[in-house]
Parts: sequence; C-alpha cells; structure tokens
Amino acid sequence: MIRMIPVRETILGGAILVLLLLIASRFSGFVAPSNLANVFNDTAPLIILALGQMVVILTRCIDLSVAANLALTGMVVAMINVAMPGLPIPIIIVIAISLGAIMGAINGVLVWKLAIPPIVVTLGTMTIFRGLIFLISDGKWVNSHEMSPAFTGFPRAVLLGLPVLSWIAIMTVIVFGIMMARTQFGRSIFAVGGNPHAAVYTGINVGKTQFWAFVASGALAGLTGYLWVARYAVAYVDIAGGFELEVVAACVIGGISIAGGIGSVGGAVLGAIFLGVVKNALPVVNISPFWQLAISGSAILIAVAFNARAGRAKGRIILKSAETTQ
Amino acid sequence: MMTRTAANKSPVVSMDMITKTFPGVKALDEVSLDLYAGQVTALVGENGAGKSTTVKILTGIYRPDGGTIRIDGEPVSLTTPNDASNAGITAIHQETVLFDELSVAENIYIGHAPRTRFGLIDKAEMHRAAAKLLTEIGAPFSSHMQLRDLGIANKHLVAIARALSVDARVVIMDEPTAALSHKEIEELYELVETLKSQGKAILFISHKFDEIFRIADRFTVFRDGAFVSDGMIADIDEDALVTMMVGRSVDQIFPSRKHDVGDEVLKVVGYTHPTEFADITFSLNRGEILGFYGLVGAGRSEFMQSLFGITKPSKGVCRINGNISVIRSPADAVKNGIVYVPEDRGKQGAIIGLPIFQNITLPSLGRTSRNGFLRLAEEFKLAREYSERLDLRAASLDQDVGNLSGGNQQKVVIAKWLATQPQVIILDEPTKGIDIGSKAAVHEFMAELAAQGLSVIMVSSEIPEVIGMSDRVIVMRDGLIAAELAGNELTPETLVRHAAGIKQSAEGVVA
Repeated sequence: MIRMIPVRETILGGAILVLLLLIASRFSGFVAPSNLANVFNDTAPLIILALGQMVVILTRCIDLSVAANLALTGMVVAMINVAMPGLPIPIIIVIAISLGAIMGAINGVLVWKLAIPPIVVTLGTMTIFRGLIFLISDGKWVNSHEMSPAFTGFPRAVLLGLPVLSWIAIMTVIVFGIMMARTQFGRSIFAVGGNPHAAVYTGINVGKTQFWAFVASGALAGLTGYLWVARYAVAYVDIAGGFELEVVAACVIGGISIAGGIGSVGGAVLGAIFLGVVKNALPVVNISPFWQLAISGSAILIAVAFNARAGRAKGRIILKSAETTQ
Repeated sequence: MMTRTAANKSPVVSMDMITKTFPGVKALDEVSLDLYAGQVTALVGENGAGKSTTVKILTGIYRPDGGTIRIDGEPVSLTTPNDASNAGITAIHQETVLFDELSVAENIYIGHAPRTRFGLIDKAEMHRAAAKLLTEIGAPFSSHMQLRDLGIANKHLVAIARALSVDARVVIMDEPTAALSHKEIEELYELVETLKSQGKAILFISHKFDEIFRIADRFTVFRDGAFVSDGMIADIDEDALVTMMVGRSVDQIFPSRKHDVGDEVLKVVGYTHPTEFADITFSLNRGEILGFYGLVGAGRSEFMQSLFGITKPSKGVCRINGNISVIRSPADAVKNGIVYVPEDRGKQGAIIGLPIFQNITLPSLGRTSRNGFLRLAEEFKLAREYSERLDLRAASLDQDVGNLSGGNQQKVVIAKWLATQPQVIILDEPTKGIDIGSKAAVHEFMAELAAQGLSVIMVSSEIPEVIGMSDRVIVMRDGLIAAELAGNELTPETLVRHAAGIKQSAEGVVA
C-alpha cells in the first residue's frame, strides 16, 4: 500500500507545476532557471521558518512569535554590528541562533512548566519581543550604510551559482530531514503529537519534547533574523510584521495537521515554495496583489479540506471480508 | 398528583423479559425488573452483570432488542432520552454532567427553562422554582451561586435537583455515593427518604452492602446479564445476597497454568500517597500473575500509576531484583523493566500517523540507534520479531497503524511493550469491554507471558478473571490493602467481603 504522506506531497508538487505552467503560458521568462533560483532565494526565509513551525505544530502547539523573534534578533545583531563592525560573521550567526533559541526556550518553558496554551504564550511573547525592539532601538532604524559590508554581503555571496541564503535554506532542509526521520527526538515529536497519552506511557516526556520543539523553532527564527536584516540591509521595529501567519500558512498548505502528529519536511518545504511562487509570479503576470491574498487563502482552505478528508477516522472493520481485503 | 403508598402493589415501571445484544456480547438476557412507588429497589450485581445497560435502556439511550417496558401497566417504547424524560424517568449518573460556568439555577433548568411570554428565559421564575427545589432536597446554597464554586457533594445535589426538576416519578441513582464523604452520604440517605415519602420509585445501584441494607426496600440481582432473583431486603441477609451475586458462574474457561513461580522480582514497601493510597507493601515473583481486586475507586489504578512513575509517592521504596530503584518518570520505569498498559483504550492505543514498525520500536529506540541516529534496519528487525511472535496480520510493517483493525492495533501495542524486554508488566483491566472470545485470547496470552518468566500484575474488577488467572490476589479497599489471598482462600465470597468491607459472618453481626 502506498503511504499517505508521499501522496499528499505529490499532489502539492503537481499543483506547483501546474501553477508554473499557467504562469509560463503568459510570461515564459518566469520559468527561466535563473528566475526560478531567484524565487527560491526569495522564499528561503519562509522555508527555514516553516521547518521550525512544522516541528512545533507536530507537537500540537503553535509558535506565533517567530516573526517577532526574527525582528528582535535581527535588530540585536544589527546593533552589535554597528558597535563592533569587526566581529566575524560566524560569531554573529552563533549569537543570532543562540538568542533565537533563548526566546524559543522562554516559550517552551511557559508551555511545559506552567501549562499555558501555546497560542496564548506565543501571542504574549510576540508582543513582548516587538516591544523590546522598540526599547533597545528607541524606535530608530539601523540603515545599510551603518552596517559593515561583510555583514550585509554574506547572505548574498554566490557559491556554486546560488546565494548563501539559498544554501542555508537547503542545509536546514537536510538537517531537519535527518532529524525528523533518523533521530529519537524526531520520532518523539510525531509520537507526542499523534497520541500524547500513549507517548507518556511509552516513557516520552511530552512537555520536554514540546520545549525542545520551541527551542528549534526559535533558533531558526534567530538565524533568519540575521539573514533577513543583512539581506534587506535594514533593521527596524516592524520588519517581517505579520510574517508568522505566512509561516503557519505554509505549514498548513504543506499538509502539516494543525491537530499535530501528521506532516513531513517535504510538505512544509513545498507549502513554503507554493506561497513563494504565488507571491513572486502574480505581479509579473499583472495580477493584483489582492488576488494573491485570495489565492493564498483558498490554498489554505483547500489544503485543510483535503487533509480533513484524508485524515478522517475510518470506521470499525466489522465485516470479515473487509478485513482481508484491506 | 395522586398519592401513592408503599403498600401499593402494582409496579410503576416494569421491565419484562428485556434482551439487549451488542456485537459478540449478550448484555441482557431476558431480564425483569420492577420498580414500585415509594420504595427503593437496589439493583445488585458484579461488573458486567448488566446494570449500566439496564439504566441506559430505562433512560432511552439504548433500545432493547426484545421484551416489554410497562409504565403503570401500559407498554411504552422509550426510544430517546426525551421519551424517558416525558415518562417521568430521570437518572442521576455516576459522573454528573454539569456546566461549571453557569449558575445553579441555569444548571438545573438547562434545556427546559421557564419562558416569558416573549419566548425569553424567565430568570425570576427559574430562580424561584430552583430555590424551591433546593429547599426540598435540603441544599445549603443559593440558586444564584456559580456551579464552579461548589464542592463535589453540592454539585451532586444540583444534579439531583436537575433530575427532580422534570417532575420525575422514577429516579435512578447510579452509584451516587462513590464520590461522597461519610457525612454527605448520610445527607443523601435523608434525601432518599424524602423522595420515598413523596411516592417516587427509586432504583438504587450500589456495590456497597451497608448502603443497600440501610436504604433499600427491595432488591433485584443480575448476574452475567441474566436475572437471578428479587425480593424484599428484610427477607435476606448479606451472605445470601453475596451468594446470589457471585453464584457459580466461575466456569468460564481459563488457560491451565503450571504455578511454578521463581525468585522475587519486585518488592514494594510502604508506598504511600498523601490522598490516594497508603502503606502498599507486597512482593512479586518471576512468572507469577498477581491480581489486584477492589471496587472502583479503591485506589488500584492510582497506585499502579505511581509505581510506573506518573505520580510520585510521598513515601515508600521499590526494589527490583533486590536493588532499590528510584522511579521518577515513566521513562525510569521502562528502563527498570516495568511497563504499564493502562485501562483507557485511547491512552493505551497506538500512535496513528506512525507506521507499524515505528509504533513497536518507540520505547526501544535506545537499543536500535547508534550515535544518536536511528537505524531503520535494526528497527525493522525488532518490529518483525515481535509482530511475528504475536501473529500480527498486516500487509507491511511500513503501513500506517491507523489502517489496522482494532484487534491488530492492540497486538501492535502489546508488541511494543514486549520489545522493551520488560520484567514486570502491569495490565490495568485488560479485558474490560471486550467480547468473550477476545477475552479468552488475552487470558491465553497472559498465561504465556507468565510461562516465559515475565511477572504480571493484573488489575481487574471481574471476579471470574481474578480467580481464574491469578496465583495470588491483593484486595484493596479505600486506598489500603484489605487482604492478600491465595489458594483456598481465593473464592468469590472472600473477595467480595474484603472489597466491600463485610466482616465474616462467623465474627458476629454485620455493621
């Protein structure tokens, strides 16, 4: 019997291809390899964040603070760069990842130890993180001329034909792919989301698993924070405002069950790419950005309806004949 | 309303030759039950005797397959809960279904609140009527209170008021005292007396003999879904009732076992929890099946959860193979060779979304991985070994466990535990709610596990199973060990006595 998850990914992949063909029929330049690489690079932050969000959603939680985490980390590293222009980029990246992970850990502790619903926790921390950006920056922007060339140049540097930003997204996909498929942590994430009660009796600490899921999501948000600020060469209070919803949307379109336990790395990546293609293609073929919102929204509803149908519990098998033919 | 007296000889409600069959189980087999106005009838029977099914038929939740229900001699059909309610039959359930965020009056009248002439809820009238009901049953709180602010006993009174708010003639009380303290139970008895004097017919379901003899006027005994006897409480004593309850139904076939038990594997000394159980001390040997019997709420499952590390005991030591083991979490327990298959089907269930082999290896991943990475080939090997041992029927081990039938899913769950190579397996109500055929398979399997040297702790409320399967039985009552029985002492009568706290008749008059 063919497994459920590849079927879902194949359908989503097919939908992306159909979309590309439709766009190509009106503007063939869009499907040129160089342009597709640009689209991928533009979607890279969304892919990275969607992977973190996927881990959180799989454990029956949600992380609404990713965009605020990204913006706060971005502001902090930008200010560090202004203060110490000579600090090497690898150290900047370590700082960004650690800072993001700490913010994720705050979410995780509140969910684990105080048992506050994740949507409430991250709604709160989202607002707090945004407020902190204002406090540390006095509401001022950090502009490109204040940043060092090494700082802004890193994500744009081209390596083997692709910018570093794209390579980082690809690396993240590989690392998370291995983590989900081949480590105990990955397996625990599916178990916790699939049946938390059974997971407890299996010796898995549900709260701790959710904690680490938030840490993973936070770390990726921190990493993206540096990449974002460096790529756009600007940091201010409102960067990536509302982006958390796009991240959740990518996961939902990618077939990650909002009820937890079902989903895959491939699905999250394809969900993000689908949104990336829609966002980049529509202006090119002269479709109003409002259509873009409508298309994204419809894609979410279609994806959820499709998953709900596929995930509906089958009835008890009472007929002997039915049992043998399954 | 016409006044009725206890002397009235024709029953208000009469169930005649009622049969109810579920797939694979005959829950009720031509049973009869009569309820009289102004009298309390106790329905007595072991678990699985058909008491709950009877209640559900009387309240219109189940429809009987055969037989007649008569109210005042007229045959009726109670096909929906509404029909039962209109017929004046109301039930107070074990777990009261109420709404914490609403007021007492709203809880009492939800669904049938008095209306004003504009069709809106008449709050003044509702509170007036609720206050009257509350006074009638002697409830010491106002109808304006939030339900959330009431204790369990007072919530129970609200449930009773709700039951009476529909002008009931027949009141069914399903183990109403299970959650109450002694003082509250006394108050409930007074309430039952009040209801009796108002001419209501009361069906009282309880496992506690002191209660039955205290407030019931009549009794009806069911056993394994069949009617055994009925009569006046005044005409019998506890011994007679126990004999009727347990009867000679222990001829269900259990696998024959060689009782060669080995060395001590587990020793628990003085396990105590602040509120749930105290001073639990026992030992368990290799290849032994140790039964834990007791009434619902005796603290058996609570103790097992503590032994498994889900809750923490305040005192007590646990030795495994002579070494003191500290079990602070389920992970510790699994590491120490103790596994627990809980009672709740949903909780013990497989993890849907993971394929079969991943379900089986979930608690054993430490053994199948190297340097922190899972080795799928090792996992498959382990999963194949145990699924073959259990004769699991599946197209492929890579298949989603959600596509398996219920029985095969259960095999996956058991394979999962056996793959951890445990020393002690705790089975909490292993055969609850499954049909006779599957029960035999589970029993067979337990015997096999014990024969292979595994020690089994079986928590069960079914007397035939406890006696048929166990080498020794520990009876718990009110959070304490009431008795440890083996060999000739292991009879249905002794189990029921110790569980219900009835003194031996040789020792004199019963309290």
